[in-house]
Amino acid sequence: MRLSLGPILYLWPRQTIEDFYQQHIDSAVDVIYLGETVCAKRRSLKPAEWIELAKELAKSGKQIVLSTLALIEAGSDLGNVKRLCNNGELLVEANEMGAVQLMADQKLPFVAGPSLNIYNAYTLKQLHNQGLIRWVMPVELNAATLADILSDAEALGIRDQIETEVFSYGRLPLAYSARCFTTRFRKIPKDNCQFVCQDYPEGLPMDSQEGEAFFNINGIQTQSGRIQHLLPHWQEMQKLGVDLMRISPQPQHTGEIIKRYNEVIKGESQDTDIQEYLSAPACDGYWRGQSGMDYIAVSG
Amino acid sequence: MKLVCPAGNYPMLKAAVDNGADAVYIGFKDDTNARHFAGLNFNDGTAQKAVKYAHDRGSKVYVAINTYPQPAGWKRWQKAVDVAADIGIDALIVADTGVLAYATEKHPQLDRHLSVQGSATNVEALRFYKEQFDIQRAVIPRVLSMAQVKQLAENSPVELEVFGFGSLCVMVEGRCLLSSYATGESPNTCGACSPAKAVRWVETENGRECRLNNVLIDRFASDEKAGYPVVCKGRFTVEGSTYHALEEPTSLNTLELLPQLQQSGIKAIKIEGRQRSTAYVSKVVRVWREAIDSCMNNPQTFSAKSQWMQDLASVSEGTQTTLGAYDRPWQ
Repeated sequence: MRLSLGPILYLWPRQTIEDFYQQHIDSAVDVIYLGETVCAKRRSLKPAEWIELAKELAKSGKQIVLSTLALIEAGSDLGNVKRLCNNGELLVEANEMGAVQLMADQKLPFVAGPSLNIYNAYTLKQLHNQGLIRWVMPVELNAATLADILSDAEALGIRDQIETEVFSYGRLPLAYSARCFTTRFRKIPKDNCQFVCQDYPEGLPMDSQEGEAFFNINGIQTQSGRIQHLLPHWQEMQKLGVDLMRISPQPQHTGEIIKRYNEVIKGESQDTDIQEYLSAPACDGYWRGQSGMDYIAVSG
Repeated sequence: MKLVCPAGNYPMLKAAVDNGADAVYIGFKDDTNARHFAGLNFNDGTAQKAVKYAHDRGSKVYVAINTYPQPAGWKRWQKAVDVAADIGIDALIVADTGVLAYATEKHPQLDRHLSVQGSATNVEALRFYKEQFDIQRAVIPRVLSMAQVKQLAENSPVELEVFGFGSLCVMVEGRCLLSSYATGESPNTCGACSPAKAVRWVETENGRECRLNNVLIDRFASDEKAGYPVVCKGRFTVEGSTYHALEEPTSLNTLELLPQLQQSGIKAIKIEGRQRSTAYVSKVVRVWREAIDSCMNNPQTFSAKSQWMQDLASVSEGTQTTLGAYDRPWQ
């Protein structure tokens, strides 16, 4: 089992982003994904600057992957994704079929991100034919379905040619819209957004009227109000053949979380509790085949 | 421009055909389609009858097999594709890449449309489905502005179909997991959003409360109209303000955009609502038939008649309508 660091899902200032990667380049993760996946308007780093940063980080020997937008609307969005896909050196995470096509055109390998809908091994095989070498399971699938998909992949003869990654820690990306819910909250038009999502480095909690953490607003993306935490299930994942557990960056404590995950999967500790690092309640329902917001994980 | 209309059962299909639908789309009675509701949809026999009724009157029938099969259910999706092909339907509406591959290989002669649940919003995604599965048409998600629709239509390798009227998804279709996060069931996995079995209404001192898997989605005063508790259309609290944080209970209505859609080269307009009634289908299809004919005959002078707008408003969710993402300020 190895760890990966997912792309930053929030709008952070350029300096914060650079400091973040400086801080984690020597951490226990083997793979780092970076790039803007949520909103094409965000410009802390331009595509060329993401590529430059990624190439710099790649000197560390870690695998660096450029992540692309999950929703590609305007022609200019597509231009930005093309720039990343044509970087000529680094692996790309496709979060949209358009990016898959751009990679397949060049006969280059790619990682299928969590927003590509891969719900069965037949889809996995089609995409493997186009260059997929790793996939991040859609977050709403569960352990039993993953076992079935991987066993079907075995029967289709592709099991040993693909890696499987599971979104294991962080607020779950649940939905994308044309509408920006942050500007809606601030009562300003999206076309003149003034990058107000930068005021919310971990998104805007959206609670029920009884104060229950329900969703989390992050621009055009809606996330889970709770924080998925699958470390208590890591042995089951390992048994199923999961190669990578993804940790999604948050403004505080990402380093401590990586450390805790690493100690457990290396067998140095059995303490899977991360309560002190959580800014919202935990959840693990999807993995267990329940509502995503449920939580019953037992440590160990 | 063709008019593509919903039918949740045989009487609705007849109503759609009789009121001028160029094509009617239906689904089977299981989770292979995105309107998997109790008492809705067609078995093999009624589907066959439906095809005959429509074909005898010059209308086409499309079958939506547009959810995402997991391994345990894969055979149901295969069977749905095979049955649809056997009964002589005119096109499949498919979202899943694996199902598209199966349909292309097993029934190459049967037209394939990419469902809105396939989430294709740009020319490269459309090219993927065209090159891999030779799709004839794609239904595009309700997230593009009018200018973006126009740009996409100019460059699209396939025919485009857009939503004209009906319930409004605020999220990109096929990419929304809010329902499964709350209830365990989503459009992708089960063909259901905010499923009825997870809904509970409770009368309280604070008003009528509506809960989805026990989470309070909205609370209504006694004089307020309470709509169906779709997870994205409730009132939630953000930094102390309680409001429709994602979307209000409104319907999409793009009737006034018809000339622009036609000029852009949009090939078909889809009406949402297989879960609605025969009366809804009759009324909506009649209005849209008249409007499309009027627009085709006189695109320069076309304007949306107030009677049409009133008729459509009377059957809209929340009785208000919006242009949705077609209109930039909505975004």
